[in-house]
Amino acid sequence: MSRYRYAINVTPKAGILDPQGRAVEGSLGHLGITGVSEVRVGRRVELTIDAVDAATALATADRLAAELLSNPLIEAYAVEPLAGASSTISAAAGAD
Amino acid sequence: MPVRVGVVVFPGSNCDRDTVHALSIAGADPVVLWHEQASLEGVAAVVLPGGFAYGDYVRAGVIARFSPVMRAVSAFAADGGLVLGICNGFQVLAEAGLVPGALLRNRSLRFAGRQVAIAALRDDTPFTRGVSVGTPLRMPVAHGEGCYFADDATLDQLERDGQVLFRYVDEAGRPAGPAEPGNPNGSLRAIAGVLNKAGNVAGLMPHPERAAEAILGSDDGMGIVRSLVESAAAAANTPAGLVGSAGAR
Repeated sequence: MSRYRYAINVTPKAGILDPQGRAVEGSLGHLGITGVSEVRVGRRVELTIDAVDAATALATADRLAAELLSNPLIEAYAVEPLAGASSTISAAAGAD
Repeated sequence: MPVRVGVVVFPGSNCDRDTVHALSIAGADPVVLWHEQASLEGVAAVVLPGGFAYGDYVRAGVIARFSPVMRAVSAFAADGGLVLGICNGFQVLAEAGLVPGALLRNRSLRFAGRQVAIAALRDDTPFTRGVSVGTPLRMPVAHGEGCYFADDATLDQLERDGQVLFRYVDEAGRPAGPAEPGNPNGSLRAIAGVLNKAGNVAGLMPHPERAAEAILGSDDGMGIVRSLVESAAAAANTPAGLVGSAGAR
């Protein structure tokens, strides 16, 4: 078993109204910032998965992202492997 | 004997007692169902009440979707059982895929808590048999994520197949525009409530149970509550799977 760490980035799909993104965009003027557009506000979830290999861990991350962390009608997701992700569980467990 | 109607309680539900009260007024025997139980105790219909199930974490309704009671509710619905989701309950049904579409953050980004008017598009469903089509029904909304969304093809299909059950309307009963004051959350095509394809599962954002007595400012919600209770009573006296007028036209 190894330990893998991922970030799952969930964002509103193209064409889905994103009132939060619009609000951020609307506030930029107050900061004196110009030239920023197409702001989309999403969610980032970081997690650790114990699995026999990277493919199994990735499949778990993908299922979690598809079934719980995102709603396929309105959101897209991307699974991003994080650096320093892999170490054996026994070694990592000693640190817990 | 009064018909038994279940009211699911998730951690964070806060309209369950109001719902129990409204069901009692309508003559039902309300049965409280805890989210960790896998049995629906033989009820003839289930209501998913409003609130903030599991804190609305991740997305409103999604964590509730995976609870033991929702597995039972899904199986009940698949067998033709009557299920009504109100507000957060509607969000749970949408996340569970039991009704079409999704509820997005209100366009205003503000929590909408006030009286609105909706009207039924059909009076031949288990949820609206006692309601007149097009008559404005006044009841409160109280939500931050109630903007009904589905893609255009799905919206066309829902309208064609009679799955749009309620719309936000103006005083005269005409569909509200895309914005406030008539449309409290920016719902597409002013949709306030929908039906599943089979016609036995419905969800709506406004709160009929909070418009259950004149002293509350309106008792227009009772038309919906009574419809559900009468339909449940009919279903309880009918062989399983043959719920009277449940079929979508």
